[in-house]
Amino acid sequence: MPAPIRLRELIRTIRTARTQAEEREMIQKECAAIRSSFREEDNTYRCRNVAKLLYMHMLGYPAHFGQLECLKLIASQKFTDKRIGYLGAMLLLDERQDVHLLMTNCIKNDLNHSTQYVQGLALCTLGCMGSSEMCRDLAGEVEKLLKTSNSYLRKKAALCAVHVIRKVPELMEMFLPATKNLLSEKNHGVLHTSVVLLTEMCERSPDMLAHFRKLVPQLVRILKNLIMSGYSPEHDVSGISDPFLQVRILRLLRILGKGDDDSSEAMNDILAQVATNTETSKNVGNAILYETVLTIMDIKSESGLRVLAINILGRFLLNNDKNIRYVALTSLLKTVQTDHNAVQRHRSTIVDCLKDLDVSIKRRAMELSFALVNGNNIRGMMKELLYFLDSCDPEFKADCASGVFLAAEKYAPSKRWHIDTIMRVLTTAGSYVRDDSVPNLIQLITNSVEMHAYTVQRLYKALLDDISQQPLVQVASWCIGEYGDLLVSGQCEEEEPIQVTEDEVLDVLEGLLVSNLSTPVTRGYALTAIMKLSTRFTSVNRIKKVVSIYGSSIDVELQQRAVEYNALFKKYDHMRPALLERMPIMEKTASNGPTEIVQTNGEAEPSVVEAKHPPPVTQPTNQANDLLDLLGGNDVVPVIQTTVPTKPASAGGELLDLLGDLSLSGGPAPAPATSVPSSQPAFLLDGLTSPPLFNDIAAAGIPPMTAYNKNGLKIDFTFERANPNPNIAVITIHASNSTEADMTDFVFQAAVPKTFQLQLLSPSSNVVPTLNQGTVTQVIRVLNPQKQQLRMRIKLTYTHKGSAVQDLAEVNNFPPQSWQ
Amino acid sequence: MPFLCLFMQFMLLFSRQGKLRLQKWYVPLSDKEKKKITRELVQTVLARKPKMCSFLEWRDLKIVYKRYASLYFCCAIEDQDNELITLEIIHRYVELLDKYFGSVCELDIIFNFEKAYFILDEFLLGGEAQETSKKNVLKAIEQADLLQEVRYVIKPPWEQ
Repeated sequence: MPAPIRLRELIRTIRTARTQAEEREMIQKECAAIRSSFREEDNTYRCRNVAKLLYMHMLGYPAHFGQLECLKLIASQKFTDKRIGYLGAMLLLDERQDVHLLMTNCIKNDLNHSTQYVQGLALCTLGCMGSSEMCRDLAGEVEKLLKTSNSYLRKKAALCAVHVIRKVPELMEMFLPATKNLLSEKNHGVLHTSVVLLTEMCERSPDMLAHFRKLVPQLVRILKNLIMSGYSPEHDVSGISDPFLQVRILRLLRILGKGDDDSSEAMNDILAQVATNTETSKNVGNAILYETVLTIMDIKSESGLRVLAINILGRFLLNNDKNIRYVALTSLLKTVQTDHNAVQRHRSTIVDCLKDLDVSIKRRAMELSFALVNGNNIRGMMKELLYFLDSCDPEFKADCASGVFLAAEKYAPSKRWHIDTIMRVLTTAGSYVRDDSVPNLIQLITNSVEMHAYTVQRLYKALLDDISQQPLVQVASWCIGEYGDLLVSGQCEEEEPIQVTEDEVLDVLEGLLVSNLSTPVTRGYALTAIMKLSTRFTSVNRIKKVVSIYGSSIDVELQQRAVEYNALFKKYDHMRPALLERMPIMEKTASNGPTEIVQTNGEAEPSVVEAKHPPPVTQPTNQANDLLDLLGGNDVVPVIQTTVPTKPASAGGELLDLLGDLSLSGGPAPAPATSVPSSQPAFLLDGLTSPPLFNDIAAAGIPPMTAYNKNGLKIDFTFERANPNPNIAVITIHASNSTEADMTDFVFQAAVPKTFQLQLLSPSSNVVPTLNQGTVTQVIRVLNPQKQQLRMRIKLTYTHKGSAVQDLAEVNNFPPQSWQ
Repeated sequence: MPFLCLFMQFMLLFSRQGKLRLQKWYVPLSDKEKKKITRELVQTVLARKPKMCSFLEWRDLKIVYKRYASLYFCCAIEDQDNELITLEIIHRYVELLDKYFGSVCELDIIFNFEKAYFILDEFLLGGEAQETSKKNVLKAIEQADLLQEVRYVIKPPWEQ
């Protein structure tokens, strides 16, 4: 049998392959040869064969048949064999493999080997990929080696211990004694890995953290020596002594100093020293400064030090190196809430970064800019941000537009400025504006009573220019439908009123109906707008004609509307003026994400068009089925439940939050929902003079009740009659939590017997805060036409102290007034 | 308590054509997942323009990458890590390779991939630096290489 070809020979041969197929053929041939060599239990060439196999594995070919061979190599007494064997193990024998544990004994022996390089191989393998079971078996050996005086082994043992602790946290205690004089080592390798080990232990255990706080002076001393010591060729990187160790010490100091006044004070001087003395011309110095800044911001540092840190970040922003600018923006984003004024000083530099070429830098600059907007700088900032909106990549436009709307809402210096800003966004980035902006804008416009004429005029003019941007068209249609009378009467005060006739307006709206650019939703808006004008314009006949034409539209939605409007003209003409009246001022809601409202009673509400957005019923139906099962399957109506908005509610301050979870390009980061002040959205569908339906005080004299009270979770029901339908009971649940931990991912579900109909609206949030610091409220509407006794089965799920909790309960103690 | 998990999850070396030259994984993933991650990440990094910075967000990780001649060095670190020092880690590894091979180029890594791994394993362990002195890493590799020449590592009982 000829000797198997050498590794380099094989590599050379494979690289000559001109096609994928040719390569595959060579690989298959070689694999066959290797397989037969393995079968022959050839000890001499096993190492060579496995090495070749590893090369082919890297090219993407399967190599599992080499797993056992790696084990044999590890068990061999030749160092070459062991080296390749352990490499093979790290590549092919991870903890998911069945034969992984077969390594344990070999590793154990090699940990006790007489040659330190063999011990090193074993430590490295265990520390990179040992499974929990293997770690459990070998932790004792690692602990022993952690106490050796051989620094080559000690440093490896320290990192191996880190891995063991990550895999089996309960074993952390056993390493405590060995950490006793780790920091007295002179060897930098041991020092570095020791600091890593200590960091890991402190992060995992508050007790360890408290225990190791006493090391702060020693760490400060070591850091000081590194800075003050002269040139040390062994550890020097561009004039800085062992930057890796410095960074690690700074990080450990951060953890030890956080929340602790004494420790923070003890490290104050050294942090100031590092911050002022570190050379900033190269990346390595800036890496240390960056870590220093992070530490300063996290511990209880005095204000002078914090300002120093922010100024370092400010200087970073001016650095030529884009990497430095990037980390500066990231850090500033983290500190803008706590050190707002200090960050404000760097506003103009931050705004300049909007023009940067790098996408990540631009995004961060945008987020930071929005975070810095306030009442004083709104005009200037908005100019920059609108300019950015004009010229930025499409991927930014939606977020930027949302940010502009939010900022404008909070800080608009005047109503006119506000409307103008909205117009600017709609006309320049109109197609990127989020769908939920449309109802929000409509509400805003409605509430700016004195600007109605101006607004409708500007929107009309915008429509004449461009009907392709749907959100713009939808808002414009709605406004024209609502304020068309102001438009034709030329009442505008803010600017030169335009002369436009009723027919011209109707031309535009009809144009939207027929245009290919209009989406079905937009057409719906347009048709409804035309209908509304029947009480505001005189050319009613034209409107009647349009409406009747669409009574046979292929689009079912349009057809339905047209038929209903037609019915209004024919049979209910006396009701028409009242129904199509001017919209009242809408109650201001918290600026949540979309709260879709599902209609259960099927009434046509012509004047409130935006709810006709097909609401995404994203709640999976299997949840409803669960409850169906619980109530015996047959006598229950499934609940149509609306979703909790996953964007955090920012009812006041947190622009940053809203944009923050949209910024990670890796996908939506589920931001924790913050609890919102319990103002529920005004129920727009329920009659046109609806006062806010939901308040915490029980209306109509129906006494509140406690529906559930268990494990610290209490759920109260308060009642109200829906106006005008007395068959509908409106129940508001109030969930409160008296335990010392928050209840997160809180979901309330309910099921009722078949004769009832039930509708759940969006909850105020899905976190019930600890110690009764707030409540989660949610509205349930129950239709009870047969006036039967109300009963309900509820299901509660939430996460509490890390574990999932689920409970079912029957609610039978409804007060008679709630259903009679 | 939510703890900061500060370490490197994996390191990949690949050519400008997207061919993998080294893969070091510090987290247990199936072969399928590794291949998927590698494919997607390589594509993402190769699509970056020269003017862009060395960091990007990818899934829930931070990616730090740097190109040296025809090879991309790419590390995935956790969210709380210091990107700038990771660049220094990458640079230190390149320096070690350079010292070992003498003006290292991609071909050296291709034909001596096992050595590249050995060097990496003397510099990093479990995703953390185990030795911050260049000299000490190279000395250890040198000694280990010498051991390969020796036939057996176990001394006979009368020599122990």
